[in-house]
Amino acid sequence: MSKAFFIDTTLCTACRGCQVACKQWHDLPAEETKNLGTYQNPADLSFDTYKLVRMKEEVIDGRLRWLFFPEQCRHCVEAPCLATAGDESAIYQDASGAIIYTAQTKRLNADEIIESCPYNIPRKSADGTLAKCDMCIDRVTNGLQPACVKTCPTGTMNFGERDAMLETARNRLAAVKKSYPKAMLLDADDVNVIYLVAYDPGMYHEFAVASNSAFDVTRSVALRKMLRPFTRITSRLL
Amino acid sequence: MTNHWIDIKNSDCILIMGSNAAENHPISFKYVNEAMAKGAKLISVDPRFTRTSARADIYAPLRSGTDIAFLGGMINYILENNLYNKEYVAAYTNASFLVNSKFKFTKGVFSGYDAKAHKYDKSTWAFQMDKNGVPKMDRSLKNRNCVFQLLKKHYSRYNTKLVSKITGTPEDLLLEIYKTYGATGARGKAATIMYAMGWTQHTVGTQNIRTMAMIQLLLGNMGVAGGGVNALRGESNVQGSTDHCLLWHIWPGYLKTPRASNVSLEAYNKKWTPKSNDPLSANWWQNYPKYSVSLLKSFFGENATAANDFGYDWLPKVDDGKAYSWLDIFDEMYKGTIKGFFAWGQNPACSGSNAGKTREAMKNLDWMVNVNLFDNETGSFWRGPGMDPASIKTEVFMLPACVSVEKEGSITNSGRWMQWRYQGPKPLGNSLSDGDIIMMLGDKLKEVYQKGGTFPQAIVNLKWDYTSHGEYDPHKVAKEVNGYFVKDTEIKGKLYKAGTLVPSFAFLQADGSTSSANWLYCNSYTEKGNMAARRSKEDAINHIGLYPEFSWCWPVNRRIIYNRASVDLKGQPWDKQDWVIWFAGEKKDGKYSSSKWIGDVPDGGWYPMQNPDGSMREDSKYAFIMRKHGHAQIFGPGLADGPFPEHYEPLECPVEKNFMNPQRMNPTAPVYGTDADEFATCDPRYPYVGTTYRVSEHWQTGLMTRPQPWLLELQPQVFVEMSEELAKLKGIKNGERVKASSARGSLECTAIVTKRFKPFDLGGSTVHQVGFTWNFGWRWPISGTEDSANLLTPGTGDPNTRIPETKAFMVNVAKL
Repeated sequence: MSKAFFIDTTLCTACRGCQVACKQWHDLPAEETKNLGTYQNPADLSFDTYKLVRMKEEVIDGRLRWLFFPEQCRHCVEAPCLATAGDESAIYQDASGAIIYTAQTKRLNADEIIESCPYNIPRKSADGTLAKCDMCIDRVTNGLQPACVKTCPTGTMNFGERDAMLETARNRLAAVKKSYPKAMLLDADDVNVIYLVAYDPGMYHEFAVASNSAFDVTRSVALRKMLRPFTRITSRLL
Repeated sequence: MTNHWIDIKNSDCILIMGSNAAENHPISFKYVNEAMAKGAKLISVDPRFTRTSARADIYAPLRSGTDIAFLGGMINYILENNLYNKEYVAAYTNASFLVNSKFKFTKGVFSGYDAKAHKYDKSTWAFQMDKNGVPKMDRSLKNRNCVFQLLKKHYSRYNTKLVSKITGTPEDLLLEIYKTYGATGARGKAATIMYAMGWTQHTVGTQNIRTMAMIQLLLGNMGVAGGGVNALRGESNVQGSTDHCLLWHIWPGYLKTPRASNVSLEAYNKKWTPKSNDPLSANWWQNYPKYSVSLLKSFFGENATAANDFGYDWLPKVDDGKAYSWLDIFDEMYKGTIKGFFAWGQNPACSGSNAGKTREAMKNLDWMVNVNLFDNETGSFWRGPGMDPASIKTEVFMLPACVSVEKEGSITNSGRWMQWRYQGPKPLGNSLSDGDIIMMLGDKLKEVYQKGGTFPQAIVNLKWDYTSHGEYDPHKVAKEVNGYFVKDTEIKGKLYKAGTLVPSFAFLQADGSTSSANWLYCNSYTEKGNMAARRSKEDAINHIGLYPEFSWCWPVNRRIIYNRASVDLKGQPWDKQDWVIWFAGEKKDGKYSSSKWIGDVPDGGWYPMQNPDGSMREDSKYAFIMRKHGHAQIFGPGLADGPFPEHYEPLECPVEKNFMNPQRMNPTAPVYGTDADEFATCDPRYPYVGTTYRVSEHWQTGLMTRPQPWLLELQPQVFVEMSEELAKLKGIKNGERVKASSARGSLECTAIVTKRFKPFDLGGSTVHQVGFTWNFGWRWPISGTEDSANLLTPGTGDPNTRIPETKAFMVNVAKL
């Protein structure tokens, strides 16, 4: 049975413990950053940054909201990057459901893989090797939670069997809808990283959901494998 | 905290004001979220919209330094709308006490003010006494001189329109918050306050917290689950260090530092031991001499005898009326009177207000010993920005200390839990634990003073036996803190042998037969073992998250203090669901016939005030056992600046006058007079309100986090946050470097232009506010361009505690 994350952004305080825990577990180097007029840093995901808490200030119905979106690979149920690569020594799906990139990704056409991703996740190094969240597969295989989940103090980050996570997500959505009628789960049927958001997902991040534009003709492989408008609609109607 | 972290989950309404818990106490949100899942409302009040505000049901902005106006308005609202718990207020607080009829409040000052000395003669603030020397009370709360009526009169001026003009908070938000919070005056409902330095670091810091305590008393929220007044401590063991006398004016366990006028132990004990003539008042501090003598026995061991006043004469006394606080230390150092300095686990060059003055002051030292994990802006002050190393004579010694995980010992968290920790890795390199460093220092001092010196007795007579096998032994210190019987002692028919540990502070004696280095911690390490090391995950019978056998908490493992106020006069809880204690004694003929409390450790195990039939019991005690008269203080006659909190403007403020009263600032706030103590109020050069704060990503001055690349990646630079409106006015673009300045110094920082700050509308005039993180210093990152926001903050403070006023001051910001 595959594993899944449930990320409840309505509980997130953007402490960014997850972002640091990810770097620590994977021993990733810090980027040299500047303050760019926001707390969000680094500005984007990179070969050395798999997890990024995006922060946006939006006025919604006359009230200021500070929206936090702990972004990471969605570990798609049927991953377009995997299909695009067609090379299981480079990109494969683990029994846990994790989509894993190996050092062999160097041999792939990196830009094509990046373009195939409806969530704009993979990043390449100078030599073309690709990297992204690996679900802390080494931890998970040994019965531990992913580092980001382990460190989260607020209950935002959850991890477990997919069925259990889906149930938690649906229950939580029902509760949250009382305060936030526009709340929804994002692409719950298609991904193993299920986000709960309180408002229009586009306000959180351009790639919060797999937008239709992510499936245009230049991304034909992704389109074939991934586009499932009806199931997505049902998950939003929950 | 009167309550503790887990207890936040029991709350029906959480006010986060004067703190930014989501950012600075991230774990607390586990319990905030738990409470919210059960329907609790979260209110965030802050000058800017924070990560805490992002999670709140209601967010309201307020101008820094106007919290008393905000909260005074809430008191007025609660009284006008009868939201208070009348039974609680009449029975448990001093609302019923009659005050001296000469007590007055006119022109912004209370009666007894001496304008020359900036001090109050408090004699008119006293209570009226009956012929037995017991305060006169009117439990109907109708007497015109009773505290309740004085309270009503005092806060009747705090109408929402005036409050809004002072705070800049829109009136509709004030009302929404007052209504939401005030609703917890209903029985069975509880609201809590989570506050921190945003309330304490003001010239009215103590009164900020008192105002909230008064609200909690009016609503019956003290002593109950999900209630209380909860200080979120900014460092894992700051509660422990305060308990064990970090501050100059208190000894361990909140005993008083002796004044020069306390010429003998007898005079000292007489001065500080309160006397009550009311048989219903437990007046727990009547035990003061037991605790002071046990402390002296702990200091001097066998050398402390009744004949030599247990060594009282060997201890230093402070001059009456003189302060020795942080502000005073650096003022004296600046003036050249202090020549040597231990900076131990601190970084004053960045952490204290008016850091420029602090750095200049250090030039006057002959020597400094810097005990810390790493070199810092303090140890290296002589090569910092604007310094000329060749002209500075101060000799600096660096003693490398190991980190917390490399040593064994206890920390006491905000919830008063003393938690034992074990050693992980051994100390790195030549670093040593603080305990080892101080033991070696003490041994050396003893060796030197054995050969003679000025007044050697205090050093040579010191009991100093806290090592095992040549190393500091934290268990020996923990046992010393708890205390021993020093001779065979029989108490209530039971013999306690010399050398055994004292079971609890009720057993401490004033005759020298017991020792205890901190009476509040007596019961923490007994013959049953190290209570702080307990790790049971079993909850208590009331299932409110007390976990009584996980660690240990002072006093006597009472997890929620003042819990006798969580029950009515018959001992039955106000809240039958989330109850703290419950009287379960047997009944006979309408009377209680046996005594039994269940739940938390009760605040005194006496019978309830009333029998089931409503008759009063003579063997009971009032609920607030630590107060002389047994009642919580809505009227607080002991403070330096008044028995009721009153709104005063900060030392530096943007308004010409105080809209509430004719007295602009706290008339008793200390003001220092060196050339480094410049102030500018309503000065066009510094037109914007400034405040400081921390961020989740760095800790304190950043000494432990700035050298950490993963954390520096998240928050790489010191910043100033400002509204889009102010940025437009000043032509400042988001993300560009700007210069901020105050009357004391300047700081280059990065501008964050944000919707989260908004200009304040103060009765038609616009006031802008900006905010700085103070987590930075020039020593790291290596660019050397980032420095402390305390270069801007003023060196004044609260008259009661002398905590500096770093949270409200005036600045300018401009493009570089």
